[in-house]
Amino acid sequence: MTQAADLIERDDATGRTVILSGNLSLAHLGDLPQRIDAIDSAASIDLAGIDHIDTIGAWIVHRLAARTQAQVVGANEDANRLLDVVARNDQAIDTRPQPLHPISRVLDQIGAATKLSGTTLIGMLGFLGATVISLGHLIRHPGSIRINAIVQRLEVVGVSALGIIGLMSFLVGIVIAQQGSVQLQQFGMEVLTVNLVGRLTFRELGVLMTAIMVAGRSGSAFAAQLGTMQLNEEVDAMRTIGVQPMEALVMPRILAAVIMMPLLGFYASIVAIIGGGFLCAVSLDIPPVTFVQRLREVVPITDLYVGLVKAPVFGLIIGISGCFQGLQVRGNAEEVGLRTTAAVVQAIFLVIVIDAIFAVFFTWIGWT
Amino acid sequence: MTGSEAPPVITIRGLVNRFGEQTIHDGLDLDVYRGEILGVVGGSGTGKSVLMRSIIGLQQPQAGSITVFDQSMLDAEPGDPDLLAVQKRWGILFQNGALFSTLTVSENVQVPLREYYPDMPAHLREEIASYKILMTGLPDNAGPKYPSELSGGMKKRAGLARALALDPALLFLDEPTAGLDPIGAAAFDEQTRELQQTLGLTVFLITHDLDTLHAICDRVAVLADRKVIAVGTIEELLALDHPWIQEYFNGPRGRMLHGHAASAGKAPA
Repeated sequence: MTQAADLIERDDATGRTVILSGNLSLAHLGDLPQRIDAIDSAASIDLAGIDHIDTIGAWIVHRLAARTQAQVVGANEDANRLLDVVARNDQAIDTRPQPLHPISRVLDQIGAATKLSGTTLIGMLGFLGATVISLGHLIRHPGSIRINAIVQRLEVVGVSALGIIGLMSFLVGIVIAQQGSVQLQQFGMEVLTVNLVGRLTFRELGVLMTAIMVAGRSGSAFAAQLGTMQLNEEVDAMRTIGVQPMEALVMPRILAAVIMMPLLGFYASIVAIIGGGFLCAVSLDIPPVTFVQRLREVVPITDLYVGLVKAPVFGLIIGISGCFQGLQVRGNAEEVGLRTTAAVVQAIFLVIVIDAIFAVFFTWIGWT
Repeated sequence: MTGSEAPPVITIRGLVNRFGEQTIHDGLDLDVYRGEILGVVGGSGTGKSVLMRSIIGLQQPQAGSITVFDQSMLDAEPGDPDLLAVQKRWGILFQNGALFSTLTVSENVQVPLREYYPDMPAHLREEIASYKILMTGLPDNAGPKYPSELSGGMKKRAGLARALALDPALLFLDEPTAGLDPIGAAAFDEQTRELQQTLGLTVFLITHDLDTLHAICDRVAVLADRKVIAVGTIEELLALDHPWIQEYFNGPRGRMLHGHAASAGKAPA
């Protein structure tokens, strides 16, 4: 077994000699680097006593020799070769990029964020335009509609989501009824729970929660799929074969989202009402028959229209952000993750913004 | 065969790897000796990468034994001190570099040093990273760059710098020249050879590149029929009568190469 690296300092007439011994390789250095750092002057470094050396050992010797201008003596062939290699590559290299001044960094970030928002907005508008043109083309040439692709997307976006959306809506219905009834009981008005559940789910929550779920489930999948295809140059290959990615990839997804959102939204509202009715029956002693009768009295049909008008618009937003972000992927796999996240965040944000605008609009036209 | 006087660094006996119904290796034997560059060749799907993954412990084989530096790799748990001791002594270059994307090149090279030698002074760690980066032929402004800013060839060099961070005795290279232009590939070969000779490395090299085989490999192991069917210098392999080996080295690409090497008046390996 080789022994750990060690050093002895000896002073004589010619100056100080540092005598190194043992195994001068990384695993056996121990505290030698610190001890060598502490040496402030030396005339020669004696390597005759070492039995093994690697580049890290050679580097430490080289640094000491360069710092104190000492002569290296007694080095064997190995040591000389390694000393030569490290000497050839002696140049300090930055570990991290030079940091910017804090003020310029903040300005830099603000500028970059502004530029990104601007380009994304313009890009999205452009993409919306391309979608409309593509839709016009499909209407004029119905033969080029890809029925199979659309049906397949309908299944993935809609049918496969029934379970999770149903469960979520049922629970949301229970929570609204339960929270509402606790508050309304204070006024002895727990029967108004039916109004609360019926109007809230049809107007707002049914469609909004569905949109959030579809954005998370399908919007992200659109972005990830198209992003990966973009990365594999599949999209480019399609173009060269003469297939338009807008028609083959983007339209089926957007159409699926637009068609499925109203259906899923309606389904979610109904399931949420069933959830609310279930809670009313269990904890408020309102029998289901009374619940349904009361529902028909208090929920105007316009509430249903409000939900159903919003749903396809939400579907369009989800489809467009998913496909747009997916096709923006450039470069590496990391980008796919970033773009997928961006697609979901953007879709949910825009859905809520548009929902607020719709709320003002429907009040204005008197659908209250 | 040549090189057998040195002790083996890697010994593989009776290796069996299966994925479901598909058998990749069936009773594979191989020795890698100290100080040699062993090239591993084989058609696509013959399990070159699986073999490497088995040796470095990323793939658990169904049967067989693998020892690296006299330490059995198969019954070692992750984090086992014996296994860590072996891991300190090898460096691995993955096919696409496998650099950590959130760290700069210099930080990537410092990761193994930081992990195994946390007491090392920071300035020394940075100096070590600096000379390793330069040693692998990267330009001096590569240190603070992130992997996404590097070209394919630079990523491989940065991956090599990280693989060499601990001054390993054993280096695994998975298709180091794939995707490089011929000039870059030749430079990488030369660099590998030079580093191997300077640092006394043992190199396990998977490649498809006939130029690399001729230029730097001491011996070549041929994977086919779920086994290593032959190991030896290229001349020794050429003397064998196996159809795949003949096709490989005497196919249009191979013929051109060793014809050229012979006319230049030197042995091809």
